[in-house]
Amino acid sequence: MSAFNAIGEEREIDRDEFTPGNEPQPTWCPGCGDFGVLKALKQALPEVGRNPEEVLTVTGIGCSGKLNSYLDSYGFHTIHGRSLPVARAAKLANPELEVVAAGGDGDGYGIGGNHFIHTARENHDMTYIVFNNEVFGLTKGQTSPTSPKGHKSKTQPSGSAKTPIRPLSQSLNAGAGYIARTAAVNPNQAKEIIKEAIEYDGFAHIDFLTQCPTWNKDAKQYVPYVDIQDSDDYDHDIHDRTEASQMMFETENKLYEGEVLTGRYYVDDESPSYQQEKQAIGEMPDEPLVERYFDDDYEWERSYDLLDRHK
Amino acid sequence: MTDDELIWRIAGGSGDGIDSTSQNFAKALMRSGLDIFTHRHYPSRIRGGHTYVEIRAAGHEVQSRGDGYNFLLALGDSFARNPKEEAVYGDEEIKPLSENLDELREGGVIVYDSGLLEDDDVAELNLEERAEENDWHVFPIDLRGMAKEHGREVMRNTAGVGVTAALLEMDLDHIEDLMTDAMSGDVLEANLSILRDAYEMAQAEYEFEHDVRAPSGEHDEEQVLVSGSNAIAYGAIDEGCRFIAGYPMTPWTDVFTIMTQNLPKMGGISEQVEDEIAAAALAVGASHAGVKAMSGSSGGGFALMSEPLGLAEMTETPLVLVESMRAGPSTGMPTKPEQADLEHVLYTSQGDSQRVVFAPGNIEEAYDQTRMAFHIAYEYQIPAILIYDQKLSGENKNVDESFFDREPNPTLGSTLTEEELQEAAHEASGKFMRFQSDPDETENGVSPRSLPGQKGGRYLASGNEHWPSGHIAEDPDNRVLQMDRRTRKLDSIREELDEEHDSQQTYFGDESADLGIITWGSQQGTVEEAVERLNDAGHAVKGIGVSDMMPFPDAELTEFLESVDEALVVEMNASAQFRGLLQKELGRFGPKLTSMLKYNGNPFEPGEIVEGFQIRLGGDSAEPTAQVRFEPAAGD
Repeated sequence: MSAFNAIGEEREIDRDEFTPGNEPQPTWCPGCGDFGVLKALKQALPEVGRNPEEVLTVTGIGCSGKLNSYLDSYGFHTIHGRSLPVARAAKLANPELEVVAAGGDGDGYGIGGNHFIHTARENHDMTYIVFNNEVFGLTKGQTSPTSPKGHKSKTQPSGSAKTPIRPLSQSLNAGAGYIARTAAVNPNQAKEIIKEAIEYDGFAHIDFLTQCPTWNKDAKQYVPYVDIQDSDDYDHDIHDRTEASQMMFETENKLYEGEVLTGRYYVDDESPSYQQEKQAIGEMPDEPLVERYFDDDYEWERSYDLLDRHK
Repeated sequence: MTDDELIWRIAGGSGDGIDSTSQNFAKALMRSGLDIFTHRHYPSRIRGGHTYVEIRAAGHEVQSRGDGYNFLLALGDSFARNPKEEAVYGDEEIKPLSENLDELREGGVIVYDSGLLEDDDVAELNLEERAEENDWHVFPIDLRGMAKEHGREVMRNTAGVGVTAALLEMDLDHIEDLMTDAMSGDVLEANLSILRDAYEMAQAEYEFEHDVRAPSGEHDEEQVLVSGSNAIAYGAIDEGCRFIAGYPMTPWTDVFTIMTQNLPKMGGISEQVEDEIAAAALAVGASHAGVKAMSGSSGGGFALMSEPLGLAEMTETPLVLVESMRAGPSTGMPTKPEQADLEHVLYTSQGDSQRVVFAPGNIEEAYDQTRMAFHIAYEYQIPAILIYDQKLSGENKNVDESFFDREPNPTLGSTLTEEELQEAAHEASGKFMRFQSDPDETENGVSPRSLPGQKGGRYLASGNEHWPSGHIAEDPDNRVLQMDRRTRKLDSIREELDEEHDSQQTYFGDESADLGIITWGSQQGTVEEAVERLNDAGHAVKGIGVSDMMPFPDAELTEFLESVDEALVVEMNASAQFRGLLQKELGRFGPKLTSMLKYNGNPFEPGEIVEGFQIRLGGDSAEPTAQVRFEPAAGD
C-alpha cells in the first residue's frame, strides 16, 4: 500500500483545482506573458490526468519563480538558478511524482546554465519550462543571456557586446530528449506542448517566450508567430537530430530578425530516461525510495553487516 | 616516550601500494591482539612524491599518533625512476628514506630497498654516521630483487613486510591469512613465496641487536579496523540515509566513495553531479521528497553549498552535510589537515544562521555524532553539519565489533503520515499549514511537515519568508513569529542534548586540577594522551574535547572554565577560531585562555602539547621546539 495516495488517484480533475482557494495577488504586471504559462499549465495538467497533490512544481527566482505561488500543487520555490538539481533529486526520491521545473532565461540559461546542461545530458524524466522574455524583469530590465546583441540597459549602457545564448541548440547538444518553443500569445499550442512534455519519458525542455510589457516595450509581443508544424514553409523531421539542429539554428536567428518561429523541434523516442538507465545498472530501486520509510516490515540494512572487510 | 609500542612507518611514492600494504599489516597487528592507530601523510599527486603511513600498535589503548616512530620501511619512490625528458624528479627517489630520518627515535630500525635506492644517494645522507649517533639499526635489503625472483617488482612491499615481521619477531600467520583473503591464484602464490623468503632470509642473515619488537596484547572481543570516514558513512547508513549527492574533493571523497560503494546494494541512490551547488541542492530535493539524504565536501566545495544550505534553513528541510577540512585558504594544501573552516561552517550563507554543527573528536564519536546529526536534522527540520578534517577522515583505529551492533533508526522525524494529515491544521482554502507560527502550537519551534504526493498535504516551500501555508509574505508580525520560531529550535535542540543524551563533550585528566587544556574535533585523542602524560609527570591537569559547536554547550564550558585558573586552547589553525567562539558564546573567561596553534599541515603530536603546556602554564620559559604559535590570553 502506498503512503502517497494522491499519486495516480482515479478521478475527474477540474482545472479550478489548480487555482489556490486563497489566491495571492499576482506580482506580475498587467499584460505579462507569465500569465500565459500559468493558464496553459492549469489547462494541461488536468487534461493529462494529473491532480494537484501528485504534482511538484519547482521554481527558481524571478517573476517566473512565482509560478507555484499561483498554481495550487506541491511547490518548491528554491533559489536563483537551482530549480533543476532540487527537482531532479525529488524525482529520483519519488519517481511517481509529476515534476515540473520552471524559471526564467537568466535563471536557467545564465546562473543555472551548468545545471541546465547536466540535467539535459542526464535526461531526467521531468518537464522544464523556461520563461524567456529576453530580459531580467524583476530586477528592472537588465540585459539577460537571451537579450539580443546591442541590447541597452542600465548595466549595459553601450549595448551588449555579447551574442545571445541559443537555448534550443544548447539543449539539443546537451542531450535533452524533447525540445519545443512556444509563446504566451499562443495558448492552445502552449497547452498542447506542455501536455506532450509532461507525457514524455525524459527531459522535456520548453523555451516559452513570455513578453515583458514593462521592460521590453518595443514590440516584443512575439506576434505574429509561426507554428512550424502548421506552416508550409517548414517541414523538418522532429526525430532527426541534424534536421532539428538546422531548424533550431534558423529559429534562433529569426527571432532577432523579428520573426517568431515556434513548435516542436526535437523528439527522441528511443533514448531511455535517466531513471531507466540507473535502474538498468542496478543503482536505483524499482520501488520509489520514499515508500520504504513508511513500510513497517522493511528490514533496514545495518553497518554491522558490513564489518567483515574491517577484520 | 614509551617503547612498549611499535610505531611502524612505511614510506614510498604515491601509487607504490603504501595504503593497501599498511592496511593489511595494521590488521595483522590488530589480529595479534594489539590496539592500533594509523596516521596517513601524502602529497597532492597521483604518482610519486613522498608518502607514508604510520601504524602505532601497543598492548594498551592508543588514540593518537605518537611522538616520532621507531621502525622505518623505506621502499623508495619507484615512480621517480625513468624520468621523461621534461620531467625533473631530482632526489625524489630517495625521499622515503631521507625525509623520514629526523623523526626516527633513538634505537630505531631502518629497512630500505637497496634494490631501488642507489648506494651513492644513500652515502650522501651520512646514514652510517647518523645511525651511530642515534643507535639506529640499518638493514639495506634488495626487496626489489626478492620480489622479481617470484613475481613482479611491485610486490616488493610484500618482501618489506616479510623482513619487518622477521625483525619484529612476529608470526606470519595473520599476514598470510589476510593475503589469502585479499588475493588469489598466481598473484597470491607469488606474494606468499616472497613473504616467506624475505622472512626466512632476514632471520638467517642478521644478528638481532635492535630492541624494537612487536608488543604483545590481547583483546576481549573481536575488533574491527575502521577510519573516521567509515564511521561517518556507517552512522549515516544506520540512520536510514539512502541518498547522497556529491562532487569529488579531497578529503571528503572518502565518505562519498564509501557511501557510493554501499548505497546501491541497499536500494539507495548515490549521485555524482556537476558541482557542489547541485550536490547540496539535490540533497535538499531528495529530503524534501521524503528520503533521508546527505551531501558534503571540503572547504572549497562547501563554499559553493552556502546557498542551498540557507534554502534548507529557510524552508526547514532536514539536511545533513559533512565538511572535511583541509589546509586553506583557497586550494591551500589539499591533502593536509587543518581546523580552519570552523567559522566558515558556522556562519556561511546570508541571514541569521540556523544550523547545527558537531565536531567529532574520534572515530567512535564520528559514528555517534553522525547519527545524532540525522536525528536532530529530521526531528527539528534543520541542517546539521559534521565538521572534521583530513586527519580524522583517513586515520584508522581498532574498535570493538559490538560497538556497531545497534538498531537502525530510519524514522523521518517530524513528518506526518496521510492519516495524521487528515487531523492536521489546514487553511480554509485547503492548503496544509506547513509552517505554523503560533508559539503555543510550536513550543519547540517545530511545525510538522508533509511530503509531496501525500493526500491533503500540499503547500509551498519557499526560500522567501512565508505565511503558515507557505505563501510568500513580508508582513512584519508574521516575519517575527516565523523567525522566532525557527530560532527557538536551536534552544530546544540544546535542551534535548543537555537533558536527554549523554554529553557529546569528552572529559579527561584530573577532575580537581586548576589547569586545563581545551580542544575540539580531531585533536582530542592527542590532547588526551598529552594530559595523561602531564598527570603522570606530576602536574595536575584536566582536559575537555568539545564537539557541540552549534548550539554551543554553554553550561558545560562555563562549569569547566570556572573550575580552572587557566586553560590552554589547542587547535589546528592560525586564527584561534574555536577560542573566538568560546569567548563569543560565553562572553567571559578571555583572561584565562591561551591558544596553542599549529598550522604547518601536520597534526599535533602528544609531546608537542606536553611541551606547550609546560611553557605556557607550567612555568617553563623555554622556546617550543615544535612548529607552533602561542596566542596569549586577552590582556596579556
